[in-house]
Amino acid sequence: MGRYVIRRLLQMIPVFFGATLLIFLMVNVMGDPIAGLCGDRKCDPATAAQLKKEFGLDKPVWQQYVTYMGNVFTGDFGTAFNGQKVTELMSTAFPLTIRLTLVAIVFEIVIGITLGVVTGLRRGRPIDTVVLILTLVVIAIPTFVTGLLLQLFLGVEWGIMKPSVSSEAPVNELIVPGLVLASVSLAYVTRLTRTSIAENRRADYVRTAIAKGLPRRRVIIRHLLRNSLIPVVTFIGTDIGALMGGAIVTERIFNIHGVGFQLYQGILRQSTQTVVGFVTVLVLVFLVANLIVDLLYAVLDPRIRYA
Amino acid sequence: MRGATHAKWAACAVTVALVATACGGGGDSGGGGDGSGIVGSSWGDPQNPLEPANTNEVQGGKVLDMLFRGLMRYDPKTGEAKNMVAEKIDTKDSQNFTVKIKKGWKFSNGEAVTAKSFVDAWNYGAHLKNNQKNAYFFGYIEGYEDVHPEKGDAKADTLSGLKVVDDTTFTVKLTQKFSTWPKTLGYPAFAPLPKAFYADHDAWLAKPVGNGPYTVDSYAKGSKMSLRKWEGYKGPDKARNGGVDLKVYTDNNTAYTDLMAGNLDLVDDVPASQLKNAKSDLGDRYINTPAGIIQTLAFPFYDSKWSKPGMEKVRQGLSMAINRDQITETIFQQTRTPATDWTSPVLGKDGGYKAGLCGDACKYDAAKAKKLVEDGGGIPGGTLKITYNADTGSHKEWVDAVCNSINNSLGQDKACVANPVGTFADFRSQASQQKLDGAWRAGWQMDYPLIQNFLQPLYYTDAPSNDGKWSDKKFDDLVDKANAETDTAKAVSTFQDAEKVLAEQMAVIPLWYQNGSAGYSDRVSDVALNQFSVPVYNEIKVS
Repeated sequence: MGRYVIRRLLQMIPVFFGATLLIFLMVNVMGDPIAGLCGDRKCDPATAAQLKKEFGLDKPVWQQYVTYMGNVFTGDFGTAFNGQKVTELMSTAFPLTIRLTLVAIVFEIVIGITLGVVTGLRRGRPIDTVVLILTLVVIAIPTFVTGLLLQLFLGVEWGIMKPSVSSEAPVNELIVPGLVLASVSLAYVTRLTRTSIAENRRADYVRTAIAKGLPRRRVIIRHLLRNSLIPVVTFIGTDIGALMGGAIVTERIFNIHGVGFQLYQGILRQSTQTVVGFVTVLVLVFLVANLIVDLLYAVLDPRIRYA
Repeated sequence: MRGATHAKWAACAVTVALVATACGGGGDSGGGGDGSGIVGSSWGDPQNPLEPANTNEVQGGKVLDMLFRGLMRYDPKTGEAKNMVAEKIDTKDSQNFTVKIKKGWKFSNGEAVTAKSFVDAWNYGAHLKNNQKNAYFFGYIEGYEDVHPEKGDAKADTLSGLKVVDDTTFTVKLTQKFSTWPKTLGYPAFAPLPKAFYADHDAWLAKPVGNGPYTVDSYAKGSKMSLRKWEGYKGPDKARNGGVDLKVYTDNNTAYTDLMAGNLDLVDDVPASQLKNAKSDLGDRYINTPAGIIQTLAFPFYDSKWSKPGMEKVRQGLSMAINRDQITETIFQQTRTPATDWTSPVLGKDGGYKAGLCGDACKYDAAKAKKLVEDGGGIPGGTLKITYNADTGSHKEWVDAVCNSINNSLGQDKACVANPVGTFADFRSQASQQKLDGAWRAGWQMDYPLIQNFLQPLYYTDAPSNDGKWSDKKFDDLVDKANAETDTAKAVSTFQDAEKVLAEQMAVIPLWYQNGSAGYSDRVSDVALNQFSVPVYNEIKVS
């Protein structure tokens, strides 16, 4: 097990460098970022040259990358164009997005798995059909439509909530945005759980458990659900990274100044430092989440062993 | 039924969730009609650090307008430059100026505003090593090339044209005659700075200190700035409210939604998609007033295809092929006004705006347009490519509409095509490095309400914003002559003569003047936008 973890951690190194290099090149291809800083007029050449020097944009790209990565390992992610340290941006953006992601994940787990179990046990019954249709609708409607509609009805028409999240973003304000962010994944979790449960319900070990006379509750949770969760856990694990990076739409609608907002601003302003910095952290989150998922397999199914 | 119980639980969870958010809702504003109420206003994250000489966009400018008062200030209604901190600015030859400032002005940290506060701030703004994006504003002052050379390091630390005489007097020497120069001093770049700015720059940026009617109470970068009325402010334009909370929005649609829900008092940029509803949603509380912004189509004169003789006919033809009335009506919901000159209505008649100066060339006439384009030898390459940035504003819609209008007028499917570019920065870098080979969307937001500002930086030979590299001796001569003119009325009419050269040559096609649009809640009153489409915050009353 220990060796497996170490090997996985080592594998992360090339993935990490590859991903950051790709992002670095992509942002660089977009052209000269300084030109956008002066509005609809041309920057005066002396100031532009000075700014390029300050942000290290006057050097060849490979050299910029090497310097940048060197700085990253000392914890220096550079400075965004508005003069703020990227680490400062991160320290305000990541807590918000992590909170939002957690709310979304909780919804996925609680509602998604519950609905999945309920429908999986009652395949073909009315409740199953209703949930299937509902999830189909949720998957079919883009997140921004759900978001804007909820905002309009709950926020403006009925006045149940504030349409935008305040800058402190307490958890109670994040519930609706979290639900919107989770909606599509939630539908997938429901469907995955349902299929998995329905399949395993006819498995020998379930029949054995029932034959032993175990209470129904214990059969479902300890035997049936535990074995059916592996694909679901895989999905939720990879979804953590996707939710954090993909919160851009939800964050825009509900005015949450999280990772999505900072990335969007960074891309618009072509601020290499901001974009690469945030993506680097997201890549790490993704890698760690994947590792945790793989390790969870062994917990769920002891037959899975890591050499 | 077990399943049903589960479903019930899920339903309950959602209900609880919704109720919980309800508890978080509700108003947060206090204050009555006694001038202590706080105005909640939408804001965008400023692009550059908040320093007077480093702020060149509306969002940062908004804050500077509350924090600082310069020598001059533009009347929010008429746009006229009036003395603020300046007692008087004298000149005998339009080149050497003596500035006398009023006594008794203070920064909110108690420091007195002296002649040195201005001179030091200007020297700081002009110096190359400080990377100030508005440094070129000091370019008319003698000694600028030494502190801000085009290449290499600065040769001097201070502008030789600035001299402090005593606590309340300083002199300025310009490199050329510029009679309307004092009127440019209302621009935020010319604001005075306290000693604290240089002593601890980072601390100042975290909480700027100025001499205006407001002080910064708290500033959470990227999300919120709370400004409060400064009781010690001695100027004539004291704040009539207790303060302003500027809240950064990720999307102006959300800001508009917040206004509708009663969580915000003022949105100074109504999103394009809501313009249709704004009037019915807000009634009298919707503002749509002219701002000093003009949008144009620019051409690459560095490309011989576009600069050869006869091409002015093609450009005039293209201008006549655009149905400005229809586009401003249907796409912009009348938040743009068809342009008939190269300035802006906010200048007023005396300031140099002259409706109809463009003449027939700015009137829609499909038949004439087709003939002119053919007479001029046709569009180079057969197709006009209009480049724009697709990331901000609603440029796609109008560029498509302009192209449709041109195609219909000329009777060709491919006479005009749109060419989107991903980001504003990329678009600007292509335009400013002369990489575009067709037309592109251009625009100009005035720095100060002067006709000079609409012409010289854009069309003078090798001027900083002359991206198309248009050049005309007659135009340059007229601008020089106008700048040397001491009589304002004569200066303005000479500038208009220069503008007529633009009309003859159709250096750029004027499209429309842009309005500022804003909406406000019924909690506030006396809301107005100035010529820069920035709300006049200090006048706003909270009921």
